[in-house]
Amino acid sequence: MRITQGTFSYLPDFTDEEIAQQAQYAIDNGWPLSVEFTDDPHPRNNYWDMWGLPMFDLTDAAGVLYEVNECRKAYPNHYIKLNAYDARYGRQTTALSFLVNRPEVEPGFRLERQEGPGRVVRFTTYPYALDKPKGDRYGS
Amino acid sequence: MTAPPERRQGFGMAAPGRPAPQQDGRAEEAGGRSADPAGQRFAQGQGQGSRSAEPEQDSSAERQIDLLPEDATVNLAAERKAAGIDELLDALDRELVGLAPIKLRIQEIAALLLVDQVRERFGLAATRPSLHMCFTGAPGTGKTTVAMRMAELLHRVGYLERGHLVAVTRDDLVGQYVGHTAPKTKEVLKRAMGGVLFIDEAYYLYRADNERDYGQESIEILLQVMENQRDKIVVVLAGYKDRMDEFFASNPGMSSRIAHHLDFPEYSLDELADIAQLMLSEVRYRLSEDAEATLREYLSRRMQQPRFANARSVRNALERARLRHANRLLSEPDRAWNRDDLMRLESADLLASRVFSEPTSESPAS
Ligand SMILES: Nc1ncnc2c1ncn2[C@@H]1O[C@H](COP(=O)(O)OP(=O)(O)O)[C@@H](O)[C@H]1O
Ligand SMILES: [Mg+2]
Repeated sequence: MRITQGTFSYLPDFTDEEIAQQAQYAIDNGWPLSVEFTDDPHPRNNYWDMWGLPMFDLTDAAGVLYEVNECRKAYPNHYIKLNAYDARYGRQTTALSFLVNRPEVEPGFRLERQEGPGRVVRFTTYPYALDKPKGDRYGS
Repeated sequence: MTAPPERRQGFGMAAPGRPAPQQDGRAEEAGGRSADPAGQRFAQGQGQGSRSAEPEQDSSAERQIDLLPEDATVNLAAERKAAGIDELLDALDRELVGLAPIKLRIQEIAALLLVDQVRERFGLAATRPSLHMCFTGAPGTGKTTVAMRMAELLHRVGYLERGHLVAVTRDDLVGQYVGHTAPKTKEVLKRAMGGVLFIDEAYYLYRADNERDYGQESIEILLQVMENQRDKIVVVLAGYKDRMDEFFASNPGMSSRIAHHLDFPEYSLDELADIAQLMLSEVRYRLSEDAEATLREYLSRRMQQPRFANARSVRNALERARLRHANRLLSEPDRAWNRDDLMRLESADLLASRVFSEPTSESPAS
């Protein structure tokens, strides 16, 4: 199951060139970019690991792509995303955030039903990947 | 440098999902340029398949569209003009005195890149030349200045994406403790990508007497990026010639990746005088006839003294002459000064310098 998250989730995965163009758009707007990775695909997982510090003072997106590729080398089978942060007063939030890497095989989610009193049913989505410990979830 | 506190942890994907181009008014400006890829996507619908039909500015698309027929001819002079290279080379010639061998090499590089560009339009394979360089020469011979112009030139001929210059020394690249150097060097490299990384006094990166010096780690990262990211960054090493030669002798890997070695000669007395005239005319001053002779005398003395820094010494001398000039005008409050008085430096403004009183002094001239 192909997981979609973030700003361009409705589009096919970006090529490197497209990633660089988006990064350049963020740089030109003065939004520092940062790289984050995880192997916990749950949409409510807010705690991704940082790949280095956010990149301040860049002029060209090549530096961003460089770190994306370094991260891919270290975690080829993880989800990796790029965040662009708008620090301007009044905004101070992530302006852009999209996936730049995904595991080769994505097993998807199991739907669990918990039956409560009466006819109440609570639904939970549970990533199959989480059956394995962190670091072993996608084969590497 | 600290990250804003809320950046410590991932933001998750719950981030606002608005597409970038709609964020603010600036998106409009960027609309016509390739800096607005998301905008293009919207214009083209969401399929990737329809993209190639649009006239994009990205170079691969351009290449296909512009391929010239085999019997076509091109006017190189016109090409050069269109790329704004003439303008840049003319300015270089006008604004930098002397440096004939350097100017020639810059012209050659510009010609090569231009011809490569045109060859490409005929479908002739053009390998991207390596342009990492080494500028050697005494202080104040114009190394930093030329590097800045080189960055701009490489941008105009399309070799570099942006053409900015990031000037650093050992302190910016090498850390204080284990694990500090690699991130520091990489950070600088990332900042310089798309432009020129200028490493002043690069030989300080290597300390022959200490094989565990962190500089070595920095050199290794530099080498790797100089090789693998050749199309993203140009590295220029600068410093004294003899020390740079030593540096290359102990770092053959670095030496072999440097394509151009440019040696900046020390300026002659005539050239220094010309540089002074040029600097003065830039700020709308001039020398009286007397002062011209005095300046030559000043320069020939200063050249013999310690810590002579070529054009930089000239600049400093003129700055101080301007101080004295201003003070001289103010010291006669009752006199009316005209426009020419305000522009003209007199002999006296230069003669007050210590260079004339203590010709062999160790202390910096003032
Ligand atoms: N050939 C030249 N003509 C005019 N000005 C020059 C020339 N060479 C150097 N300068 C001026 O001298 C100063 C020092 O030059 P710089 O490029 O910083 O030298 P370096 O980096 O070799 O120490 C700068 O202000 C520069 O504008
Ligand atoms: Mg310098």
